Amino acid sequence: MKSQDARATPAAVPFWNDPKKRSLFYQFATLCLVGLLGYYLFTNTVTNLRRQNIASGFSFLQKESAFEIGESVIPYSAADSYGRALLVGALNTLKVAFVGILITTILGTVIGIARLSSNWLLAKLASVYIEAMQDIPILLHLFFWYAFFYESLPSPRQAICPGAGIYLCNRGVAFTIPEAHPAHKYMLLGFLIACVIVYFLRRWAKKRQALTGNYFPVFRVSLALLLGLPFLSWLSFGAPTALNSPKLVGFNFVGGLTVSPEFIALQLGLVLYTAAFVAEVVRAGIRSVGKGQTEAALSLGLRPIPILNLVVLPQALRVIIPPLTSQMLNLTKNSSLAVAIGFPDFVSVANTTMNQTGQAIEGVALIMAVYLLFSLSTSAFMNWYNKRVALVER
Amino acid sequence: MKRIKLVLVFLVVGFLASTHMALAGETLDAVKAKGFVTVGVNGALFGFGQPDDKGVWRGLDVDTGRAIAAAVFGDAEKVKWVPLTAVQRFTALQSAEIDVLCRNATRILTRDTALGLDFVQVNYYDGQGFLVPKKLGVKSAKELDGATICVLPGTTTEMNAADFFRTRNMKWKPVVIEQTAELAKAYFAGRCDALTSDASQLAGTRAVAPNPDDHIILPEIISKEPLAPAVRHGDSQWRDIVDYAVLAMIQAEEMGITSKNVEDMLKSADPLIQRFLGVTPGNGKALGLDEKWAYNIVKQVGNYGEIFERNVGKDTPLKLERGLNALWTKGGLMYTPPFK
Repeated sequence: MKSQDARATPAAVPFWNDPKKRSLFYQFATLCLVGLLGYYLFTNTVTNLRRQNIASGFSFLQKESAFEIGESVIPYSAADSYGRALLVGALNTLKVAFVGILITTILGTVIGIARLSSNWLLAKLASVYIEAMQDIPILLHLFFWYAFFYESLPSPRQAICPGAGIYLCNRGVAFTIPEAHPAHKYMLLGFLIACVIVYFLRRWAKKRQALTGNYFPVFRVSLALLLGLPFLSWLSFGAPTALNSPKLVGFNFVGGLTVSPEFIALQLGLVLYTAAFVAEVVRAGIRSVGKGQTEAALSLGLRPIPILNLVVLPQALRVIIPPLTSQMLNLTKNSSLAVAIGFPDFVSVANTTMNQTGQAIEGVALIMAVYLLFSLSTSAFMNWYNKRVALVER
Repeated sequence: MKRIKLVLVFLVVGFLASTHMALAGETLDAVKAKGFVTVGVNGALFGFGQPDDKGVWRGLDVDTGRAIAAAVFGDAEKVKWVPLTAVQRFTALQSAEIDVLCRNATRILTRDTALGLDFVQVNYYDGQGFLVPKKLGVKSAKELDGATICVLPGTTTEMNAADFFRTRNMKWKPVVIEQTAELAKAYFAGRCDALTSDASQLAGTRAVAPNPDDHIILPEIISKEPLAPAVRHGDSQWRDIVDYAVLAMIQAEEMGITSKNVEDMLKSADPLIQRFLGVTPGNGKALGLDEKWAYNIVKQVGNYGEIFERNVGKDTPLKLERGLNALWTKGGLMYTPPFK
């Protein structure tokens, strides 16, 4: 009887039978429940912390940290605040992630392509590398490389000198670097200017080729610009050649640039491990491009390098980018294992902070916020890049 | 997304905190209900908390934990050991994963207050020092300018060392590794010029060195480290039990009661000893324990002198002197309130 009524007047469907309104209601109810649960637990935590006399809030960030940090990219001493100590840790994590991602991408791509090589030995070596590295847990990688450093290398007083100005010892690798000079600032400026010019040059060359069909040697001109401008500014300052080389003073090397064993071991572990995964991602991407594409390009008379650059890679990148992003995020997150081998990354500094202040909840919240920030910015950048390389459907 | 994760943390921690509020008497009831005491220990520190080659836990802190079990259950083996790193230990106690922490933790003001903990009677008076290889040729900590030093994180050690070098205007570089064993390995392999920690731990580390005679502990002791068991703030009854379990061992040594002669001592005519061993009842009831609690501790675990000599004393690889840890009657700091 009711259904007959409804058929007679379709507008009179009660709102609880309207699927749109109903789903809205369910979503709202779920949101409310989650919100209430969150509110309950949050207030409960605060009350309990207060009852147990545990301090809460972020005011500790302004207090003096009173602990040292082994390496830092910004000036830091024990007299600085916890906030600054945490910033040092965050920058160290950023340094590890940035350098790690850069090297991993290059190494992974090379190995991935090598595995597809028609050279039997090269292909087999690449597959052995990938299988072996993937199967070893990352923590073991770190312990192995760290132990390798301090067990097999001599003390600073008997440091190995593999080349002029480079010293290898169990305290790290000390490099000779050019003495600080005002010219360096201008060399950097020259390089940046060159980058901008190259960007516009590429756009112009592409447009011209599309319009007229004339080819412009972008790569060679860009290289000349990128190297030439810094070189010219160096010459214009009278070509300063003073060097700052490491010297053994007291216990350790002073001067030059010293890279710590913790940093190197962490990088080696992260890069060698993640590169194996990246190699597989790259291989999958290249394999996803049909063989007919390469054959068609060959029959058009293109040479191998342009085929890779113009035909295979643009199509492969669509497949490569999303899983590559996830590998980059993995590397960033795995860098928190640094605490096991004594590299002062964000987690390590936050751990010390939590112990001295006892504010574990705030500390864990900060750790999560920092990693989330790094991960979100990485994936935002990669999503932007992915959109650029995505296939434009016509 | 960030917000959501943040909220998640609070949810989890809030849940933990809400289920484990420390109310008076609650810990003892919970311990009795489950039938054993959960004790947080070091797990990798020779002489204080480490399982031996047969898997039996040994150490001064471990015996302190046994004494608590003996007082509560009359059975020193009713303990569940939870090995903790320096970083985990206080959180484990705050979240009630353990009932008591016996893990060479230094009593300091902020831990007693802002961390929501209560420290009880000190079971070892320690101080921070430096361990260096002999071949380094360093005779004093003041010669360590520019050195690289291995440190355990999350301890007062990090702060003490920073203070020491700051006041003397000396430079140094810390290498901070979380696991004690990994840290010792790095030091032995020469990653650091020196290892800094509490003197007792340095003795323990030196004892496991490939060649212990190659390393010396420098004469400077740069801090006060009263190591004491800790409980959650707010449960006074449980705090008293843990406190008096430690004190009872010291008191027993002062009265000359050992695990060997405790049976004979039951017949002693001394009213102090009668009260202590529960022959004259009163102390047990006041603590909410069996009257035999102190008897059980001495019988099953021993007095303080016995556990000291057994774990860290002259006949052990640590070869530690009693020093500050001698009874007050022998020039040390071990002193107890009257047991009446």
